[in-house]
Amino acid sequence: MIPSLDLIPGVLAGRQRDVARLITRAEAGDDECRPAMTALYQHTGKAHIIGITGVPGSGKSTLVKALATAARQMGRRIGIVAIDPSSPFSGGAIMGDRIRMNDLSGDPGVFIRSMATRGSLGGLCRAALDAVDVLDAAGYDLIIIETVGVGQDEVEVVRASHTTLVVSAPGLGDDIQAIKAGILEIADIHVVSKCDKPDAQRTIGDLKTMLMLDMPRDPNWMPPVVGTSAESGKGIDELLKTIQTHHNYLHQSGRIQDRLRMIAESRILKTAEELVRRRFVRHQAGHFIAQVAQRQLSPYQAAQQLLGE
Amino acid sequence: MSSPIRVLIAKVGLDGHDRGVKVVARILRDAGMDVIYTGLHRSSEDVVNAAIQEDVDVIGVSMLSGAHMTHFPRILNLLKEKDAADIIVIGGGVIPDADAATLKNMGVADLFLQDTPPDTIVNSVRTLVEARGKR
Ligand SMILES: Nc1nc2c(ncn2[C@@H]2O[C@H](COP(=O)(O)OP(=O)(O)O)[C@@H](O)[C@H]2O)c(=O)[nH]1
Ligand SMILES: [Mg+2]
Repeated sequence: MIPSLDLIPGVLAGRQRDVARLITRAEAGDDECRPAMTALYQHTGKAHIIGITGVPGSGKSTLVKALATAARQMGRRIGIVAIDPSSPFSGGAIMGDRIRMNDLSGDPGVFIRSMATRGSLGGLCRAALDAVDVLDAAGYDLIIIETVGVGQDEVEVVRASHTTLVVSAPGLGDDIQAIKAGILEIADIHVVSKCDKPDAQRTIGDLKTMLMLDMPRDPNWMPPVVGTSAESGKGIDELLKTIQTHHNYLHQSGRIQDRLRMIAESRILKTAEELVRRRFVRHQAGHFIAQVAQRQLSPYQAAQQLLGE
Repeated sequence: MSSPIRVLIAKVGLDGHDRGVKVVARILRDAGMDVIYTGLHRSSEDVVNAAIQEDVDVIGVSMLSGAHMTHFPRILNLLKEKDAADIIVIGGGVIPDADAATLKNMGVADLFLQDTPPDTIVNSVRTLVEARGKR
């Protein structure tokens, strides 16, 4: 086994094998790779990170492919982390986002990685953002995280991006699905995909009406609504421009600092949570569980002891 | 904490049936593995590029179109070229016995006919990955 620290030169040089290997170890949260991830962190912070969410079938993967293709033409290097749910029964997953992105696969300027939510083990946010760090350090300067907009974990992942896109689509039922899923509020930009379909204008109209009723998160940034069709290519360039406008806004207004602090805060907490969970699983579980079950310790006391307080 | 076995399932060649590969994908998922499915009509190059980015332990290629004697060697060669020969290649589909023997000699780790029981596939993948060891 190659030590993770020895993978760093390859990662910094953008060698895909090394990038891929370190992502695997980072995702698993191996202790062995922690010093390497710490060293690599100094080389991150250059990429613009975009989170894309929306209900299954809303067209996210297809949109990611269209955006990546357009951004490639502008010379950007694209990293993609596509997250799919794990089976709650077996813990395994079938990840199919690449099906929509196959045309990108021969391009050395694009790196696509699929990641499973890993069910109850948690740590998705931690794992996904560690993967983003590896891609960032490897020189991918536009990084897209795709995740299904259901479940707390997944929403947290997209919130931890610089620009969050929420995708809605016509033909998936009467309501704006994002409202039902409670993810409308997290959008910096709304995308209505599949605008080649006849009822798309209605979806855009409904969405705009809903947004007028809402107070935006940031009074100086009204989340715009962009219609796209991955089929005809309509709206893709406009969306890319809008993403750039949001990026410029964050930097010119200084709001980027708030974002970065929020992301840092969330990452520290997530990582700490995972460390505690691991410590619990590895060492003390049996001991504490028995004592709490037999009422010799309260859950609070056991937790305190676990943390060494 | 050990991560699940990662498998890339690909359908190479011209035939348009993906029921078989989808069944295999589900079998492996139900055995707790992470399966990346890349869809129909992939080229050998697509498969190898994707397998490297996904850092999979195993590539499972399904082929019904009879082009196995070109695609499997190409995949094995590309993996060697790209310094990724530690990725295990298995296959499934319709492959005559004589070809199967040749392919195994070339380095295809295992081949499954269409009615292979799920347990056989799962056990083979697990055994192969274990035998290769940590990398
Ligand atoms: N007509 C049309 N169909 C689309 C468009 N974008 C995606 N689709 C289709 O919508 C379905 C789901 O797309 P996918 O990208 O996998 O959605 P995801 O689950 O949100 O990632 C697929 O059948 C796509 O072909 C579009 O712009 N127009
Ligand atoms: Mg998708």
